[in-house]
Amino acid sequence: MALLEARGMVRTYGSVVALDGADFDIEAGQVTALIGDNGAGKSTMVKILSGTEQFEEGEVTLEGQKVVFNNPAAARSHGIETVFQDLALCPHLDPVENLYLNREIKRSGVLGLLGFMDRKAMRDRSVEVFTDLGATVRKLNEPVGTMSGGQKQSVAVARSAAWASKIIFFDEPTAALGVVQTANVLDLIRRVRDKGIGVVLISHSMPEVLEVADTIQVLRRGRRVATIKSADSSVEELVGVMTGKLDEEVA
Amino acid sequence: MSNPTKTSQQGIQDMIESEQISIIQRITRVQALQIVLVLLTAVVIFSIMSPDAFLTVFNLRAIMINASILIVLGIGVTFVIITAGIDLSIGSVLVFSSVISAMVMGNLGAEGWVTALIGLAVALVTGAAWGLLNGFLVAKAQVPPLIVTLGTMGAALGLARVITGGIDLYEVPEVLVDVIGFGNLFLEVPNLVVLAAFACLIGGIVLHLTRFGLTTYAIGSNPEACRRVGVKMDRHLILVYMISGITAGLAGWMSIALYQQTSIGAQSLTPLLVIAGVVIGGTSLFGGLGSIFGSVIGLLIPVVLQSGFIIIGVESYWQDVVIGVFLIAAVYVDSRRRQKAARGSGRKPKRFQVGGAQGESGRKKGNK
Repeated sequence: MALLEARGMVRTYGSVVALDGADFDIEAGQVTALIGDNGAGKSTMVKILSGTEQFEEGEVTLEGQKVVFNNPAAARSHGIETVFQDLALCPHLDPVENLYLNREIKRSGVLGLLGFMDRKAMRDRSVEVFTDLGATVRKLNEPVGTMSGGQKQSVAVARSAAWASKIIFFDEPTAALGVVQTANVLDLIRRVRDKGIGVVLISHSMPEVLEVADTIQVLRRGRRVATIKSADSSVEELVGVMTGKLDEEVA
Repeated sequence: MSNPTKTSQQGIQDMIESEQISIIQRITRVQALQIVLVLLTAVVIFSIMSPDAFLTVFNLRAIMINASILIVLGIGVTFVIITAGIDLSIGSVLVFSSVISAMVMGNLGAEGWVTALIGLAVALVTGAAWGLLNGFLVAKAQVPPLIVTLGTMGAALGLARVITGGIDLYEVPEVLVDVIGFGNLFLEVPNLVVLAAFACLIGGIVLHLTRFGLTTYAIGSNPEACRRVGVKMDRHLILVYMISGITAGLAGWMSIALYQQTSIGAQSLTPLLVIAGVVIGGTSLFGGLGSIFGSVIGLLIPVVLQSGFIIIGVESYWQDVVIGVFLIAAVYVDSRRRQKAARGSGRKPKRFQVGGAQGESGRKKGNK
């Protein structure tokens, strides 16, 4: 049984059918790539499964239990986190503050009730998280805005990894990165997977998908059209399935 | 695989070695330090030019008293501007709360400490109510803060005039005037200044040390990020505007004590003066950046200039000119810094750049 199963998902925006009965499976400890052409429904699927948007028809089960996420907080409470394309970091805050944004550790006792934070605990735990991931965050007390793209990405990934107990969605995590940073992020993704978390990677880069994903699920026109083991696939096959060219050739 | 691991371990080493940041570093991280130098320079120049008149206990006391009401207003405005908002209504809210406070105190007989403290409570609650209205309109109704507070600026002053018929109220408890307005805590340290300092201390602690303060910075820094991690944005913004209302209420009560009357017609330029001071003190209009300490310094500068210009015989209107220049310069520096940040990292860690930098220079050579 998969960690998360989505069955028959339907979502429409006015007259546009974004998801038309799509299925999706996420396995624990595996990288599942979600690919598809523009408008295939990838983003909608991720938004629904991370609680940002709701589906109209369908069913989602997490570890066999039926779940509905009315908002991102509901998804997060089930151990589901998302690394957004724009990273969603606060540039003026430092990595620790970003990691703990809205989940700051309060001090014990009266001071805690007054809203004082246990910065030392937050910092110690952050060091642990970054170390655990081998993340290349160099300074814990400088604003994230002064850091390089790769370091920002590390902070964003570490934040999700720190809080996700089950699933992390990566929405085009390498779209804005150079070669070295991309390698670092793929490395981070593998480390997260090795912790036993189900990783979902949305990407337009087929070589990247083939490199890091265990299975690849392809959406086309709001439906899942293929589930492929990445070990025995190729860029040509993926592009073929994505665009529908392969079907026509077979037919 | 081995290469990234190696660099990341170095990264962790750096990370662990970097000292935990102190509160002082936290404060001076802002551009406040440069502003302190500006203030000190002004003080030194005036002191040298006119040591007998400027650097006297009497004059410094007057400067501090004149600044204290502005500084109290500046606390709330700092919170608001850090969220990338603005509050133009503070002057009118000051007037409105002082009018209501004075009316209540007058009705109670305008005598004794109990009355004065009830007056304080009334002023704070009235200010908070205006802040609640501002915050509600900004957060829930999604009207831009500039427009909301421009509207309440007119409304609060208008209502104050309607209530009083435009005539200032004079019935004020004597203890309020004698002790808060003119009294000293000890030696020549005025109670008004002590009160402002205490308000700054509270404001500074809340802004710089608590979760509430951190969230205030976060909202100004990237509201979308806050929304995604589930920060209660509306609630927080309403509270921030309420803080600004409360400090305006406190300032209203202090102004009654200082001037022994309400000051209905005298506050029209106050919000602009306070906003200018806060911005000069390093609080960014774009949000996410600022400190109470910076605002205090930024608000002391116009008061010191005014006092100094009068003493050395320059027409005090020059103060407005100089402040105008400072304001534009401060925003220019801030906006430059933002552009720089948007272009990318200022510091480039060399260890990471070995491959990339070579590639880039190689490409340049190839092009030329």
